[in-house]
Amino acid sequence: MTWNGSAQIALVLTLVFVSAFPVGRYMAVVFEGRRTWLSPALAPVERGFYALAGVDPQRGMGWKEYAFALILINALHFLLLYAILRLQYYLPWNPQGIAGMSPRLAFNTGASFVTNTNWQAYSPESQISYGAQMLGLTVHNYLSAATGIAAGVAVVRAFAAGGLRTLGNFWADLTRCTLYLLLPIGTVAAILLLVSGVPETLAAYAQASPLDGGSQTIALGPVAFQEAIKELGTNGGGFFNANAAHPFENPTALSNVLENWLLLLIPFSLAIMLGHMVREPKQGRALFAVMAVLLTLGVFGAYAAEAGGNPLLAHAGVSPAMGNMEGKEVRFGVALSSLFNVSATGTSTGAVDSFTDSYLPLGGLVPMFLMQLGEATPGGVGSGLYTIVVFALLSVFVAGLMVGRTPEYLGKKVQAREIKLAMLAVLILTLFILCGASLSLSLPSGLSSLANAGPHGLSEMLYGWTSATENNGSAMAGLSADTPLLDYGLGAAMIFGRFAFMIPVLAIAGSLAAKPKLPPSAGTFPTTGALFVGLMIGVILILGGLQFMPADALGPLAEHFAMLAGKTY
Amino acid sequence: MAQAETIGLFDGPILARAAGDSFLKLNPVTLMRNPVIFVTEVVAVLTTFIGIEDLLRGAPAAFPLAIAAWLWLTVLFATFAEAVAEGRGRARAESLRRARTDTMAKMLLNPADRALYKPVPAAQLKAGTLVLVEAGDLIPSDGEIVEGVASVNESAITGESAPVIREAGGDRSAVTGGTLVVSDWLVVRITAEPGQTFIDRMIKLVEGAERRKTPNEIALDILLAGLTIIFLIAVVTLPGFAGYSRTPIGIPVLAALLVTLIPTTIGGLLSAIGIAGMDRLIRFNVVATSGRAVEAAGDVDALLLDKTGTITFGNRMAAAIHPVPGVAERDLAEAAVLASLGDDTPEGRSILSFMRDRYGIGAERPADAAVIPFTAQTRVSGLDHAGRSWRKGAVDSVLKRVGAPAPAAFAQTVDRVARAGSTPLAVAADGRLLGLVELKDVVKPGIRERFAELRRMGIRTVMVTGDNRVTAAAIATEAGVDDFIAEATPQDKLAYIRRVQAEGRLVAMCGDGTNDAPALAQADVGVAMQTGTQAAREAGNMIDLDSDPTKLIEIVEIGKQLLITRGALTTFSIANDISKYFAILPAIFVATYPELGALNIMRLSTPESAILSAVIFNAVIIVILVPLALRGVKFRAVGAASLLRRNLLIYGLGGIVAPFAGIKAIDLLLTALHIFA
Amino acid sequence: MLSHLRPAIVLIALSTALTGVAFPLLFTYAGNAILPFQAGGSLIVQNGRVIGSALIGQNFTSDRYFHGRPSALTGTDPKDPSKTVPTPYDASESGASNLAPTSKALLDRVAGDVKAYGGHDVPADAVTTSGSGLDPQISPETAALQVARVAKARHMAAADVQKIVDAHTEGRYFGLLGEPRVNVLELNLALDGSRVSVAKE
Repeated sequence: MTWNGSAQIALVLTLVFVSAFPVGRYMAVVFEGRRTWLSPALAPVERGFYALAGVDPQRGMGWKEYAFALILINALHFLLLYAILRLQYYLPWNPQGIAGMSPRLAFNTGASFVTNTNWQAYSPESQISYGAQMLGLTVHNYLSAATGIAAGVAVVRAFAAGGLRTLGNFWADLTRCTLYLLLPIGTVAAILLLVSGVPETLAAYAQASPLDGGSQTIALGPVAFQEAIKELGTNGGGFFNANAAHPFENPTALSNVLENWLLLLIPFSLAIMLGHMVREPKQGRALFAVMAVLLTLGVFGAYAAEAGGNPLLAHAGVSPAMGNMEGKEVRFGVALSSLFNVSATGTSTGAVDSFTDSYLPLGGLVPMFLMQLGEATPGGVGSGLYTIVVFALLSVFVAGLMVGRTPEYLGKKVQAREIKLAMLAVLILTLFILCGASLSLSLPSGLSSLANAGPHGLSEMLYGWTSATENNGSAMAGLSADTPLLDYGLGAAMIFGRFAFMIPVLAIAGSLAAKPKLPPSAGTFPTTGALFVGLMIGVILILGGLQFMPADALGPLAEHFAMLAGKTY
Repeated sequence: MAQAETIGLFDGPILARAAGDSFLKLNPVTLMRNPVIFVTEVVAVLTTFIGIEDLLRGAPAAFPLAIAAWLWLTVLFATFAEAVAEGRGRARAESLRRARTDTMAKMLLNPADRALYKPVPAAQLKAGTLVLVEAGDLIPSDGEIVEGVASVNESAITGESAPVIREAGGDRSAVTGGTLVVSDWLVVRITAEPGQTFIDRMIKLVEGAERRKTPNEIALDILLAGLTIIFLIAVVTLPGFAGYSRTPIGIPVLAALLVTLIPTTIGGLLSAIGIAGMDRLIRFNVVATSGRAVEAAGDVDALLLDKTGTITFGNRMAAAIHPVPGVAERDLAEAAVLASLGDDTPEGRSILSFMRDRYGIGAERPADAAVIPFTAQTRVSGLDHAGRSWRKGAVDSVLKRVGAPAPAAFAQTVDRVARAGSTPLAVAADGRLLGLVELKDVVKPGIRERFAELRRMGIRTVMVTGDNRVTAAAIATEAGVDDFIAEATPQDKLAYIRRVQAEGRLVAMCGDGTNDAPALAQADVGVAMQTGTQAAREAGNMIDLDSDPTKLIEIVEIGKQLLITRGALTTFSIANDISKYFAILPAIFVATYPELGALNIMRLSTPESAILSAVIFNAVIIVILVPLALRGVKFRAVGAASLLRRNLLIYGLGGIVAPFAGIKAIDLLLTALHIFA
Repeated sequence: MLSHLRPAIVLIALSTALTGVAFPLLFTYAGNAILPFQAGGSLIVQNGRVIGSALIGQNFTSDRYFHGRPSALTGTDPKDPSKTVPTPYDASESGASNLAPTSKALLDRVAGDVKAYGGHDVPADAVTTSGSGLDPQISPETAALQVARVAKARHMAAADVQKIVDAHTEGRYFGLLGEPRVNVLELNLALDGSRVSVAKE
């Protein structure tokens, strides 16, 4: 670790933390349906949307209706994407003449984008046309992000007052999120990315004649606009196979900082938004702090591991001064790379600017563990917020009894129904990750997908299932994911990890919304302050992480100690 | 307060019986109620089979059998904890059962004729039957007095041996089966069906026979079941990972890992904690009709307390004197004493004792003085002696006698005293107005501090009184309650409770009269007085056998203690898991990856002893914590924040650290004994 | 519940029209008009021929040129479609080696490359593959290591070559962000005396 590296990390994180406050406040205004400074321009558009869609934005929906609307639009959109991917050959903007996707891969990709996972079992340069990128993937980047945020906002509303029968209007939330939040920031970010060198063109791949002879085909495309929402919406599906390591997605250290900032911005802002929407900003700051502490620890943990370099390579004569550079780009170096990958796994973005498969064992453990913790630090847009709220409910329940009262969170009593639903949600994640990975490692077809042998192979498979279930989308990319087992298996994991988690959480919201909101008293379990933050971190680590320890021990931990002992596989 | 008999934490016979019961409780059908321990039992059976199979095959079976043995012990310790808690309840039930007799009741055949009755076994009495109970008879069953007045010894239930008066009509008409009529006779209408009497119900409650899980317990059970499933998934999928890593793991080891990870500690102690909470209440002479009520007591946000008897002593007593301008204080005091010699009411006596304590004036009646006694009509008492006269009484009555208009200063003082909730009494001598004695309803000493304590716990106190607003406000200020209901009617109480509940708060109250019944039923915690009417006792969900309304405060503390104990042991149990990984994981994987020995930070001697130590610790900790579960975590009346900080430090951090030390110690012991070392 | 069908379909249609068509096309046309170099992929054109992209590395093997980092890209063997062959810096694809830190294949490959760079204390970027397989840059240390070779091949003084390297060494932004680096293509263009090397505007 160098001072410079640490300072780079500190600067980026500080930028994120500082900007989350005004953005969070702005989001509270947006989702409370109040006037924003963008309203003069956007309100007519918004009204037009409602008029065409036949939506009364004031009409509240109960949790079931809210969930139904959410599932409905996502199901339809999934079918549309499936069709686009299958039919892309016939669609406009396909100068490379890329053929339609196989049904299996189209299912996996559809599941991946509708769930905000954006796992790439495909190789975009050769398997996705410009048209499919724009009409399919870019739109999904917007809509799945807005879906997640809407669900998060609905959960927050459950705490805003007592005796509520509705959680808000899903269509209005979706529309306002897209118009007032995602598009404006996405547009500005896309302009900055364009300036820094990210292409935006519909021209066919360029044919170049390199200086040293031969020929070079250079893949291009309408990248900049999609790249912005890819990060802002914590989607993470790259326009290119190499994702944000590709110089066209991420040309400079500055674009890297911008993208890193974008992908952390909304998840952190949502915590602040919660504080404003429940009229107790310090509650939002407490969740913010939990997210910030765990993410910061993760970033520095990974950076420390990577900065030391690979001892096996050092033994072979490589200077350890630059750290572990395998799979990393020179322009980012170890510090910004570690920061980016941990940020993108702490959020459910899953974008990478360096390749986790080649990270040192502990450097790779950090991203995987952050995902296993449930994607709440700070998690995906919306999903991170509702996940950390679930953790807050569990924390309050486990330790809250210690103050001698039935636990309550934000004035809402936490009782059997909420605990049942919360455990159900958490259970789904554990089930898919551990059963999926364990099964795949026991089947020949699973083993044939592994790129590396030894404990690292286990890490690859475990990482894959973790990433899919937690809707992250990053990979230890050596894993060949386009196989029947993994296309269907991981596709199912993504869908269950998203919706089988989200629906119980919305049910919790519905149940809590109806309860009276209790004003805090001296006997109320305090859910702000350092003590609660510490407690929540403990609960997240123990309830969210311990079940993965045995598997993690056989993967990254075993590899770490094997590496120290000089073993190779 | 009459204490129920104290039962030691480790009472020999109870422990012996519990040890036996803990085996009976192994029945999987009943054990299924407790998912964590049920899973442990299933795993124990599995491991036992493996051990026996190994034994039969001639393979080394010591390790699986040792694991199996300790898994069985884990289950047994858990059932033992429950059995001990139940045993303590049963011992209390025994003392109650003694009161339930198989006497013959005198069933009246004709209500009008007390002479005509038929002897019927008490156990066969149906509700609605009329029975005659005479001096020396045990009341055969619960009932309502129809006719007669009698003194009844209720020590069988309350432990209080002084007889109480029971009479037809009014708030003292309920009688309880098993209590003894000491004098006179009663005609009682039986209100309880056979086997449903108060004592029967108490016995069942105390024994835990009708114990239903409380809402909080259910929620906690779900959490624990969820954790169990999560760790079950982790352990069941482990062979897949281990197979890839070419690390075969035997079922005994998986069993050990599973059982040490699932929350057996709290799972094993959960029902004991609940039973012990009820038990603590009973020791306090309060019977709760359900565990839910005890839990709710910990949750209450507001206490409705009757002013009289709870906050104040209920008698007005002299508290100050106010002379009119120009009269010496001592002259007024002496006049007040003389004028009160004819007043035998408690108020009158309080004036005498106040003047004696404050001014050293003895109450000696001059010889041949004429005493004018206090009557409700005149509302004045006095003394005439040697041509002089002293009068004391209601201000308007005295002024009428004085005849002269009162000075303005006097009128102001009267006003001020009345506004402060006190009663002004005017004192005159020889037709001249001397001043005022102020009578006050005195607030019990220390009650203000109790209320402050409650406030720190986040509980609002609400005083209920029939006094007017002015008086009520003054006493409320003095006692330090948060709110009050003046001129309260039963409807007001009910309305207040409903309003507070609508805000989502829980309310506790106590009451004894029939007209309290609706409010008692509406309140989340309704404590009926044992001396109260049957209606009140039916409506409440707790009955205070001592009929002491101040106990509501202690009841809340017991409820809180119950919840805290549950929370503390849950936190402890879950925090334990970290250390167990450090014991078991390196032990499992060290054969394949010797480097993972680095995780063996406890330096446990061999893989077998490491695993066994973790299992043993996991079992033994249940027994070690039984006393804490039964006694409850010490409760402190401080705010939630500092309570949390303290308990989190002890049970959270302690839960992380303690097993490291415990497992290491057990490992050292096993090594010293050359077991698996 | 069927009443939700209309908003669902309409909102998908509007989102697609807005974020899938209107905005990408707007960006494409406006970008092409205002920032044609960046929007088009930062292509370097020399004598009417596209030489490459300033952002994408190229495969340099001759001693006359500075070499980029090893690239892990592979493609199907044109002679035998069932096999893959290395296709370094083939920008029609992108990707990393994905070799584990404990991979024997990684160690063997690095050991070979280390030997080529003198055997000890080799800068890490010189012998490791990048994430994209298209990394356009190397560290100044790796460039320095090649100065002697390039100077010899070009019959130039090493100091002169180093001077060109230094001129093309970019520091951290604001002295803080990113890492010091040398764009290999631009450096090699400069060595060749090209004037169009950084025709970014």
